[in-house]
Order: sequence, then structure tokens, then C-alpha cells
Amino acid sequence: MLTLAIFFPLVGAALIATLPKHQEQQAKYVAAMTSAFVFAVVCFMFLDYDRGKGGYQYIDSVVWLDSHVSSFKLHYAVGVDGLSLPLIALNAFLTLISVLISFKVELRPKEYFAWLMILETSLMGVFSSLDFVLFFLFWEVELIPMYFLISIWGSGNRVYSAWKYVLYTFFGSAFMIVGILTLGFTAGTFDIRELSNIGEIHGAIVPAWVIFSLIIIAFLIKLPVVPFHTWLPDAHTDAPTAVSVILAGVLLKMGGYGILRLAFNIMPDVAHDARDYLAVLAAVSIIYGALMTLMQRDLKRLIAYSSVSHMGYVLLGASSIGLVGFTGAATQLVTHGLITGMLFVLVGMVYDRAHTRDIGELSGLAHRMPFITVMMLVAGLASLGLPALAGFVAEVMIFLGSFDSQKIPTVVAVLGVAFAAGYILWTVQRVFWGEPNPKWAELTDATQWWERGPLLAMALSIVAIGVYPAWVVDLLRDGVTPIAGRFG
Amino acid sequence: MSDVNRLGPELALLIAAGLIVVVDALLPLLGREVWAKRRIFSVLLALAGVAGSFAWAGALIAAEEKGTAFHDMIVVDDFSLFFNFLFAGVAGMIVLGSIDFLERNRFQAEYLALVLTAAAGMMLMAAGQDLIMIFVALETQALAFYVLVGFLKDSRSSEAALKYLLLGAISTALTLYGMAYLFGISGQTQLSGIAQFVSSADNGSRSALVLAAAFLAAGLGFKMAVVPFQMWVPDVYEGAPTPVTAYLSVASKAAGFAVVMRVFLVALGHGLISSDWANMFAAIAAISMTLGNVMALVQTNVKRMLGYSSIAQAGTFLIGLAAVAAKDPQLELGSAAVVFFLGTYAFTNLGAFIAIIAISNKIESEEIVDFTGLYRRSPYLALGLAACLISLTGIPPTAGFIAKVYVFNAAVQANLVWLALIGVINSVISAYYYLRVVMNMFTGEPSSEATFQPSMYLGAAMGIAVVGLFAIGVYPNPLIQASEHAARIFA
Repeated sequence: MLTLAIFFPLVGAALIATLPKHQEQQAKYVAAMTSAFVFAVVCFMFLDYDRGKGGYQYIDSVVWLDSHVSSFKLHYAVGVDGLSLPLIALNAFLTLISVLISFKVELRPKEYFAWLMILETSLMGVFSSLDFVLFFLFWEVELIPMYFLISIWGSGNRVYSAWKYVLYTFFGSAFMIVGILTLGFTAGTFDIRELSNIGEIHGAIVPAWVIFSLIIIAFLIKLPVVPFHTWLPDAHTDAPTAVSVILAGVLLKMGGYGILRLAFNIMPDVAHDARDYLAVLAAVSIIYGALMTLMQRDLKRLIAYSSVSHMGYVLLGASSIGLVGFTGAATQLVTHGLITGMLFVLVGMVYDRAHTRDIGELSGLAHRMPFITVMMLVAGLASLGLPALAGFVAEVMIFLGSFDSQKIPTVVAVLGVAFAAGYILWTVQRVFWGEPNPKWAELTDATQWWERGPLLAMALSIVAIGVYPAWVVDLLRDGVTPIAGRFG
Repeated sequence: MSDVNRLGPELALLIAAGLIVVVDALLPLLGREVWAKRRIFSVLLALAGVAGSFAWAGALIAAEEKGTAFHDMIVVDDFSLFFNFLFAGVAGMIVLGSIDFLERNRFQAEYLALVLTAAAGMMLMAAGQDLIMIFVALETQALAFYVLVGFLKDSRSSEAALKYLLLGAISTALTLYGMAYLFGISGQTQLSGIAQFVSSADNGSRSALVLAAAFLAAGLGFKMAVVPFQMWVPDVYEGAPTPVTAYLSVASKAAGFAVVMRVFLVALGHGLISSDWANMFAAIAAISMTLGNVMALVQTNVKRMLGYSSIAQAGTFLIGLAAVAAKDPQLELGSAAVVFFLGTYAFTNLGAFIAIIAISNKIESEEIVDFTGLYRRSPYLALGLAACLISLTGIPPTAGFIAKVYVFNAAVQANLVWLALIGVINSVISAYYYLRVVMNMFTGEPSSEATFQPSMYLGAAMGIAVVGLFAIGVYPNPLIQASEHAARIFA
């Protein structure tokens, strides 16, 4: 069933590719039905997952590459546990939303929706791979659709941004593959389940901390952490709205997921030694990201920089080395995906109507777009960590978890929350309130079902996690418990 | 008869080559109308030769007919059979890719005959296990290539042919010098005999053996097109007819590697000197990858770019050879990696060149700038070329990805992490120039809106290459197994 969820989008992509030219506008319906089906399958798995039993479930495993002359045996092995299942659900949810809010796309729609579907497959694969090389394969596959989506359907300096994105990611993953191969050779297996049981690495041909660095650098670039973050504002700003949603909502999570599932889970000793450095990196990201956010005039760039700051919390939670911090980090992955995804959807809608994202120019939109304004308030307040909304749950757990072991970085990071309150409220105030600019008198609110539906669904999930976090957080906690347990 | 039987795959090609020339000479007797259609006869004969070669190699496998022939001059084993299939397949693709180009050339029969002769020569290179046999095979394919490179007879093509001939002569001399040295020390021309001598040799003859190895590596380095024997590559690649460039970049390179593996792993594989030449290959690999990629960055002509990229790719193959001897038990993994990489490279690079043939036929240019917006003019060609370039970069789910993972794995297992790191950094550099072409094709505004389609033959060849590179990328096991079988003869 998991394999179906991973590869079904490819079926959709193939269907879209076979659409005749004069019916190319039908591509969106095929994509919508495909992603809705995948979402339904994932929802079923989410409910059907045996929480009492825990661990990896829905495992599919076959030998994929078998070398007889060395210990080089790769599997197509997929499975989900409490950590990956919510992320897979997030991916299915946000892809469906991305398809819906792209209904207006008229430029080469066949390719656009086909690439979105291929992207969904690769992201599904990243979160469910149980073989490290298979994980790497899906990790790399994602480059191609992203590259095309940004460079063809983007705006502004789109080709440059797509370029930068690809080269940064490719640079990180180049080191990762050497790390993976060294690790696999030392351990004699590439299976993530077995790798997490080897304990300390002995007899590696390079020191364990080298392997750890080779692997984690790709994750730090993807997360992203200052100073590897410069690809993110460009890619986010120039990508089409739906792709920004996936980029912020799911792609960045690959970095956080990789840190927890692979770097920390497989090499706990090195992670333990590295935690102080990682915590400092996290604190720097949080503060630097927040300060940069305050300075932005472009709405999309603003949210992009706020992502840098918010993903810093994930690293902070991870560097706390403890169950509470890990759970917080994992929760932050999910909640940030929902919140920032929603913010990008809203900014995209504003931009489609006003054709500008300049905060200075926009003013008094609340009168013209009451629905969008309310939604913006929900997402914005969640983003700054208001209790009873999703962002609060994650951040509180991260701070609780990290305060004991990382006092100074945590105190510094808490300042980031104050900045967040500042930039969010200030932005909302400038854009939606203030003098109604007569220039925007003609703008309309979100009225279509494919505009309102996704926003309501996202708002609902944000409130649901905020009010009753247990339905997601318990699952994530079960997922990270074995990882925390490996730190003794 | 079993000697002849074991030479079957080569014979099929040579017979077809002979028939093509004879039939072409006799056709005028049948009248003007038949003569006008002579291209069909030559092409069909050439393809029949390729098919015959395939079938014969398959029959040899089915009958488990293995062993030496002609007084141990050649050998039929898994290694030579792998290369039989590789060269026959590549020759078939080159024939398909040349059909359009032959339309404008009078000497169709000669061209096709030379293509087949070169393929037979390369098969013999992979099958030869005697220095004399190897040298004769080497010259057979080299002579065919000298003529093929100059086939356009314009100034660029002739200049390329002359350069290739002169530098080829030097490389032949170096190879011969190395062989003479080996013979002088060991008194043997048989590879197995030399191997026996080396294993019983003491440190006294070590320096002489290393010198012979260096000469051989230099001479054969020319065929493999690795630094510092790569000077001919950009000019010859640019000047030669594009199908011949494709042939050179895939088959000639593979044949060079086949001989190097045979000579170095069988004759010079003993621990006495293997670490010496492994270090030499590691250094050449690192320099070839880096220099090839950096030079490719600044190219504006797509054939020149692929020329430099093929130098870099050859450097990547050499990682496998460097891994072979760095650690004894890894002998098979490193050589299997080279063989596997050569197999995937055939699909990938042939695909790229065939796309370029199809494109440059129509737009009359090989400049990367002129590929701008190509997607709007010919979507399938643009997608096909993009797939090949993505595979060359090493991004999944393509054959190039698996090949890189496999060869870097060999390096890591042989304790060559530094070389693997240089390799992956080079992958990043190469991404820049490969993907730049992709970017040009998909995002730019085309200079003209006129759409075009590749011819049927080019489309078929392109289809084979693209399907092949995705099939290997998704399910690499069969080719991995075949490569490891081929490499097992060195164990």
C-alpha cells in the first residue's frame, strides 16, 4: 500500500503526458484526482497505523541491486513509523493543495502538473525509504522537477534561482553519497533499520566524525541553516506559489527528517559530541533569520526568511538530545509545513490580485479581502507561536527540551519568538490594515472553491493541532522515542 | 573449426563489411534505379552484420563455448563476450545514426564498412591475450578511425584526421615501446606468461616493469582519452562527422579501457607493481576529472563540450582501475565498476550524440546558444537530450547515477575516500555545464518557431538509448551481474 502511495503520482503523470494537446487544460483535473487519491490512501494509513505496536509498518522490501563481489546489496525497502507517517501525510496534503491552488496555471499545464506529480513521488520516497541509498536516490530525483518548476513557471530572476537551488543541493548531496558509501561499507549494510543498531562505528576507514559531517552537511543545506541558507530566499521568492508551498512545506523537512532519522539515529555518539556546535548554528539561524525577516519589503521573501528562523528551532530541538526536544523538533517540521504553506498560499493569492508583493505598496487590504485577512491572521498568529494554534505546541516543547542542555542558545532562541511576533504583526498591520489605498479598490476576495477549500482545510488542521495536539504529537513522540533511546 | 567459431562475432562484422563493398561495386550492373537505392542495401547489410555478431555471441554463451583460439592469441570469456555485445550494439547505433549523414555522402559503402571493421578491431582488442594480437587489433581499429575522422573532407575534418593520425602514431609508438620492454624483460608475448614472470620476479626487475607499465599507460591513455594524452580530443571531436565523434567517444574509449584492464590486471596484476600503477591511475583519474570538467565549463560548442566531458568521464572510469589494485580483494569490484560504467556510458553518451546529430541536422549549428528554446521546436528531442545529460551528471533515476554510486563504492572499499571526494566534487562542477544546456533548451526563447522531428532512424536510436538509460537506472541488476561476471576473469 505504501508503494502504491509512492508511485501512484507517476501514474497520474503518465496519464497527463498522454493527454492530447487540445485537452491540455484537463491536466489539472487528472492531477487533482491523482493527488486526492494519494491523500486518501495516506489518510487511511494514518488511521490504520497500529500505534500500539509502533515501529515500521507497511514495509515493502525487495532486493534491488545485488553485487556478488562485495557487500554491496541494495534494497527497495520502504516503511513508515511515527516520525515519517505525519510527514508523508503532510506531503500528500500539501501536494493536493498545491494542485488546487494551481488551477489558474495556463502556461504548459501538462508539464506543470506532471512535474508536480513526479515531485510528490520523490518526496514520498524520501520519507519512507528504509535503505540509505534508496533514500539518496529519491533525495536526488527531487532536483529535476524542482529545477523545471522554478525555472519555467517562476517569476523574477527564476532561472538564476533554479540554478542556485540545484547547485546548492547537489553540492550537499555529493558529499552525502561518499558518507553513505563509507558508512555502508563499514557497517556492511545500507538498511537504515540495521544501521541504527550498529551502535558506535568501529574500524571505519575514516574517522566517524568525518562520515557524520559528510552526511549532515546536505541536511544542513536543505534545512537550511545559516550560512548555507542563501539559496532559500531566492528559490522561494521566484518559485510559483504552489511550488513555494511544497518547498517550504515539505522540502525543507527533508533536512530535519534526515538529521533525526539518519545523522542522529545512526551515529548517536558523534551527534552527542556535535550537539553544542549544532545548537550554536541553530541559535545563529534563528536570530539572523528573524533579523533578516524584519528587513524585508517583499512579502514572499519575508516568509522565506522567517522559514530560516523557524527551521533553526528544529535544529535546536535536535541538538537538545532528548525525547522532549526531538518530539518538539519533529512537531515543528509538521506545524511549520502547515503554517508556512498556508502563508505562501495567501501571499500567492494577494500577489495574483494586486500583482505586487511590496509591503510598502500594499495597504488596507482587509476591506477588500475579509476572508484572506482572517486566514492570514490565523496563519500569522500560528507562526508567531500563539497558544491554541499549532506553532505554539512545537516551540514550547523545543524550548523545554533544550533549556537543560543548551542554556545560552535556548535563551537566545527565545528572543527569536519576540522578533517573530514583531515581524508578523507589523506585516499584517501594514498590509491589511492602514489606509485603504484606492489603487486596490477593485481587488476581490478569495471566492472560488479551490481557493477557499484549501485555506479552510489548512486553518482547520492548524487549529486542530493547537487545541488537541495529541493526535499528531503522540505519533511523532513514538517515532522519535527509539532515536532518543539511543543516546542512553 | 572451434577456432573460427570463437572468432564468430568479429567474423560476422568483417564478412558484412566485405559484402557491403562488393555489393556496392556490383550494384551499377543492375541498372540505374537499383543504384539509386544503394544506401538501403549497404545499411541493411551493415545491420545484418551487427545482428549476426550479436547472434553469434549469444550462441557462444548458449553453447558455453569458452576458451582460447588461434594458439592462445584470442580468448572467449565473459569479459570479451561483454565487449562483443557492447561494440556490436554501439556499431548498430552508429549505423542508425549515420543514415541521414550518408544521404549527402558518396562513399556510403566505404563508410559503413569502416564502421564495422573498427568494431571488429575493438572486439579483438578486448579478446586479445597476446601482445602481438592486441597490437594488430589496436591498429585495425585505429586505421579505420583515421579515415572515418576525415570523412567529411572539409578543412576542419581533414585537420582533425591529420591531428588524430599524428598523435595516434605517437601513441602507437609508445604502446609498442612498452610492449617491447615487457617482451624484453620477460621473454614472453602471452599475457599469462608475462604474469607468471612478474609473479616470480624480484625487486630488481621492478623498475623496468614499472617503466613498461608507464609506456603502455601512455600509449593506451591516448585511446582512453585521459590527461595528459587528451590534447587531440576537442579538435578531433569537433572536426569529425558527429556519428564518428560518438563512435570515438564511446567505443574507442571502451576498447582502450578493455585493453588496459586485460594487460594491467592479467599481465601486471601482481602485487609487486600493481600498487605502483594503481597510484598512477589514481593520479590520472583525479587530474582528468578536474581538468576535463573545468575545460568543459567554458566551451560554447556542444561537441567540444562533450569532448572535454568525455575526458572527465574517462577519469571517473579510472577510479575503478585505481581501486582495483589498491587492495587485493577488491580486484573484482573495481574492474566490475569500470565495465559497468562503460556499459551505461554507451547508452548515455550515444544518446546525447544522436540527439545532437538530429538537432544540428536541422538547426545547422552546434553552438550551445542555438539550442535555446529547443523544447518548443522539438519537444521529444529536447527531452531525450535532457535525459542523457541528466544521466551524465549522475542524477537518478538514470544509469549514470547507478554507475557513479557503484564506482564511488569501489573507491571507498579500496580505501580511496579522497578520490571519491574529488569525484563527487567534479560531479557538481559537471552539473553546471550539462544542466546549462538543459536550461537553454527549456527556458529560453527560440530564435525560430519552426518545429521539426528527427528522422525515423535517429528517433529509433534515440529511443533505444533513452529507454536503456532509464531501464538501467531503475533496475540495474542485470547489467551489474553481467559486469561482475565479466570482471570475474581477473579474480
